[in-house]
Amino acid sequence: MYVAVKGGETAIDNAHRLLAEERRGDPDVAELELAQIDEQLGLAVDRVMTEGSLYDRRLAALAVKQARGDLVEAIFLLRAYRTTLPRFGASEPIDTAQMTIRRRISATYKDLPGGQVLGPTFDYTHRLIDFGLAEPAGERLTAEEADAGPDAAMPRVNELLESEDLMERIAPPAEDPEPFDLTREPVGFPAGRDQRLQNLARGDEGFLLALGYSTQRGFGRNHPFAGEIRMGEVTVGFVPEELGFEIELGDITVTECQMVTQFTGSREAPPQFTQGYGLAFGFCERKTMAMALVDRALRADEYGEAVEHPAQDEEFVLYHSDNVEAQGFVSHLKLPHYVDFQAELTLVRRLRADHETANRQEAAE
Amino acid sequence: MTARKSKRAGDETGYNFAYLDEQTKRMIRRGILKAVAVPGYQVPFGSREMPLPYGWGTGGIQVTASIIGRDDVLKVIDQGSDDTTNAVSIRAFFARTAGVNTTEETAKASIVQTRHRIPERKLRADQILVYQVPIPEPLRFLEPRETECRKIHAWSEYGVMHVKLYEDIARFGRITTAYAYPVRVDDRYIMDPSPIPKFDNPKMDDCPALQLFGAGREKRLYAIPPYTKVTSLDFEDHPFDIETWDEPCALCGADDSFLDEIILDDKGSRMFVCSDSDFCSARRAEGHTGPMADDPRFADPEPSPREEVSHAG
Repeated sequence: MYVAVKGGETAIDNAHRLLAEERRGDPDVAELELAQIDEQLGLAVDRVMTEGSLYDRRLAALAVKQARGDLVEAIFLLRAYRTTLPRFGASEPIDTAQMTIRRRISATYKDLPGGQVLGPTFDYTHRLIDFGLAEPAGERLTAEEADAGPDAAMPRVNELLESEDLMERIAPPAEDPEPFDLTREPVGFPAGRDQRLQNLARGDEGFLLALGYSTQRGFGRNHPFAGEIRMGEVTVGFVPEELGFEIELGDITVTECQMVTQFTGSREAPPQFTQGYGLAFGFCERKTMAMALVDRALRADEYGEAVEHPAQDEEFVLYHSDNVEAQGFVSHLKLPHYVDFQAELTLVRRLRADHETANRQEAAE
Repeated sequence: MTARKSKRAGDETGYNFAYLDEQTKRMIRRGILKAVAVPGYQVPFGSREMPLPYGWGTGGIQVTASIIGRDDVLKVIDQGSDDTTNAVSIRAFFARTAGVNTTEETAKASIVQTRHRIPERKLRADQILVYQVPIPEPLRFLEPRETECRKIHAWSEYGVMHVKLYEDIARFGRITTAYAYPVRVDDRYIMDPSPIPKFDNPKMDDCPALQLFGAGREKRLYAIPPYTKVTSLDFEDHPFDIETWDEPCALCGADDSFLDEIILDDKGSRMFVCSDSDFCSARRAEGHTGPMADDPRFADPEPSPREEVSHAG
């Protein structure tokens, strides 16, 4: 027929076969195993689980493999799978105060009950390419084990401030209603904090990072301190209706960030500190910090602060944070638009004709 | 390779009929009922993540998935054609997940899912037209805030839209919206007809078929019930008009259809052909010819007989 798009079916099939071939790459190079991705590219798996809103390391590793390392594509794969899963119910809230700590730092206190635990961090590494990593290491590198584990009691920094009444107290809403479920209901405004935190937890790390950064540079009043960042394992509990008591489903790794922001007070509220909150699956520290900054910026209304900047603007942030939505709509520009373009073409030709006629008339006068 | 393929086919049968689970379909059908009850009103719904990207027809796919039954015959078009890559992909999706029969003939379809066009052939009362909608809000480019737009609709305070159209006329002498041209449904809501060319707008008015609109990413449903009044916005002294072409379709000679412009070489020669491929081939099968009908470059590789409904599986 007359256009190249005819025969689309065969073209699509062939393109997908080529994709499969390129995904595999040179067959002389060993094929990636999921365990390798999970173990050695663990932070990629963490990000895909967080923004894909599904805690399943193996599936996330598979998505990373299938997406050839394109994490936004991997997140999309995981989301599209997640949406088909049946719901058994909601778990009990996790208690991060009971976390088995692997990392815990506070930038607001030099020392505090439980101490500071650096854990497996990139912080303080010199970002020098380690040429030694280019070849597989012969021997296994192990970190030395401390004589004793971290103190059992590790109260959260915010609770220390709360006991002095210097930190705003955030109580669950009256009667503790079912939290909003963003995966079952569309975004609505004004968005409650439950809806907002869900949106931010699923939101694109890069987008939130840039927004959080903008608040530090003056686009949104925010003067934050990293009150506490902790990472480790927490237990997920679930109360099945037929049993009526809580059973443990297992442990998951999470990162939590609580930002502390100064607030000079208003007529109703005394001067105190306020907070922004970030939580992610796995070890996603940058993400949780950015999330906490944006969460606090979005609470402008609660504190009577003027909403003047992008990070404070609920509709702007919540409508544009989701990278599955964003990448879909941006990439749809690749679809044919020739009917619309033809309509525009006809219009522009007419407008040009009008323009020329007008000019000619003007010249004649 | 063959082993992998058969495994994949096995996995697919693990999904429910037409992919979505029945609870989700019910939720969407409730939304559709509300949309039909309030013509042109945008109903928020819990749009799901689909295995196709947002912006690629997820709204239309969810609507189709929730209304389709085993006896339905589905036609999918994009830019008026059944053969554009995304139409092929969506048709294959339903053939695979629902096992329904598909067709390229408008007359044989019970459901037509479309992107950017309304078929030239008049639709019947026993047909449903499902539109894929990227931006359901007709006021979006005048007012980016959803909260504001909803107030404007609620109060029917559409002055801002009329001002925009008036400003077009004041500056350019005509309304400069060529597609997604706003309409008023049943004298109440202003509605985005999706990015169809304004050429197609008159087909929405008093249409015997039910028209359903799905916007997946924006999570909105809306509808035009059969035989509903749909008017394109205009002014008494600047009445609504549609595109016209100076020449007929080069292949079938139609002078009343929307034409695609096909660039033939880099020296500026071009031809105009029906965008609705079924309409064009049906006319040619009936013996209509356009000025370039005998050109061997545009002859069908194998002259396709008016094919029967193709049975999936």
